[in-house]
Amino acid sequence: MSTAHHSRPLGTGAPARPAPWVAKALALTLNELRLAMRRGESLLVTFVIPAGVLLVFSGFDVSGGTAVGKPVERMLPGSMSLAVIAAAMVSLAIATGFERSYGVIKRLGGSPAGTSVLVASKTAAVIVVEAVQMVLLVLIATALGWVAGPGASLPLVAAGLILGTVAFAGFGLLMAGTLRAEATLALANLLFLLALVLGGIVLPLERLPATVADASSVLPPAALTHVLAIGLGGSTGDATESVIVLAFWAVVLAGLAARKFRWD
Amino acid sequence: MSAAGHAPTAADGVAVRARDVRKSYGARAILTGVSFDVLRGELLALLGPNGAGKTTTVEILEGYRRADGGSVSVLGLDPAKDGGALRHRIGLMLQEGGIDNRSTPREVLRLYAKFYRDPEDPDALLEAVDLGRAATTRYRRLSGGERQRLSLAVALLGRPELLVLDEPTAGMDPAAKQATRERIASLRAAGTTIMLTTHELGDVERLADHVAVLDRGRIVAYGTPAELTGAGAPRVRFRLSAALAEVDTPALAEAATGGQGPKARVTPAGAGHQYELEGLEAAPDPALVARLAAWCAERGLLITELRLGSASLEERYLELVGADAAAEAEGA
Repeated sequence: MSTAHHSRPLGTGAPARPAPWVAKALALTLNELRLAMRRGESLLVTFVIPAGVLLVFSGFDVSGGTAVGKPVERMLPGSMSLAVIAAAMVSLAIATGFERSYGVIKRLGGSPAGTSVLVASKTAAVIVVEAVQMVLLVLIATALGWVAGPGASLPLVAAGLILGTVAFAGFGLLMAGTLRAEATLALANLLFLLALVLGGIVLPLERLPATVADASSVLPPAALTHVLAIGLGGSTGDATESVIVLAFWAVVLAGLAARKFRWD
Repeated sequence: MSAAGHAPTAADGVAVRARDVRKSYGARAILTGVSFDVLRGELLALLGPNGAGKTTTVEILEGYRRADGGSVSVLGLDPAKDGGALRHRIGLMLQEGGIDNRSTPREVLRLYAKFYRDPEDPDALLEAVDLGRAATTRYRRLSGGERQRLSLAVALLGRPELLVLDEPTAGMDPAAKQATRERIASLRAAGTTIMLTTHELGDVERLADHVAVLDRGRIVAYGTPAELTGAGAPRVRFRLSAALAEVDTPALAEAATGGQGPKARVTPAGAGHQYELEGLEAAPDPALVARLAAWCAERGLLITELRLGSASLEERYLELVGADAAAEAEGA
């Protein structure tokens, strides 16, 4: 073959040295993002559906008169919450589940990249996707007449996004790391739909039966929507309880994922 | 020990050492005390039927799994603890692709190249494994052989000290198999330590310095290919231009051994008039061959193939693995 130009066969000689950790993580993050761009169904779930929900449901009041202000003020936190669920849970779970079933995770784990680079790159890719989602949603909302309410708090929004991302990514990786890829695919999509209904995203929790609403309020989707609604100033009230709920789920789900994730 | 003249010395020593390695999944014991060495610069072939524990052994050496007991040392390090210091020194060619369906060979090689400071040129490797034309084809559209070649190229990016090849020629067409065989031989000649699992026993006879046969979780034979095949019962295999009458087989056995081998017998050994003279008390000698040929010549039979002495590695392998299965059945 074409070893004629080489004095030694390719692949022999002084062993190559490993690249710095950051260089490996950057290379793998860019690869993650490039592959994400090629997953049409993932783009649909992460960008098109949250943006579509914001656009469509800002057009009329679905609160049945329980909400004050413009519909877009209630829909922006909901669509942001949905975007986080899509990127951190649905998309991450499905991609990781299939990577695991194809042995991609195992191969990368055994490469010089190793587990820590792998986890860091997946995290970084989710953060980049979420940043693009948030910019997109805020731009759409602004075009629809949204302005931040007087009580808006960027730190609270950031806390909600970070805790929500950790909680949903933890659950996504828990599914991806323990179930078959096909089961992960089905379950992630089902949970996405449930979150749409139970997360205060399209319908306010007040419009659900009381017991369902109470149960939903201690689950991550509704807690995240609540924190974002207060953080964006579209809703008044105390976010403390919801922040604690999110933090609890973040610790539990990320911890479970770290303990239960199987490489193959 | 090796034709290329880089027999391992005490100074460069042992690349892989497994001692009494044990591993169970639940109640199912996979490895029940596996011990072997891979010397630096040699090629060790790990053989065994499916389910014998080959992949588990390889995965423990790679650090993917922890052994329940025993000890493992790879390039002087413990793969279960020192993965970070070890991974860039080992090239892995896994049986399962481990590559995203949406990636192209060029992207995969360029990605893995970024894990090293001074890797081989990914594009040169692509050409070297004859994937130049498939460089921008998505992985899911590659043939089995192309996937295997990509996997080998990935394993070579870091110029590994130890190359672990799990069934490297599975799914390849004959030309690709030949090219891969030559590549493995040249890597070994250049000093790369190679551990290979395969079912291609012909490759093993040609390439391996040592062979370890794994069956039911333990090593049932270890040695050079010549030692392993020499350890079998002496025999003569031959193919004739026409069939032997059944009544003639005892006569042929007696004539060929000169009446010296009372246990010798001739038995059919496959289609196309193949026979085996077995039960010999000593290795075949020139006189035996002369008597065999004379007996056939008298009857107008032409010997079209003749193989003397030891069994092929494949035959020896089947003896080893089969004998073990028989012993197991008796014990049960």
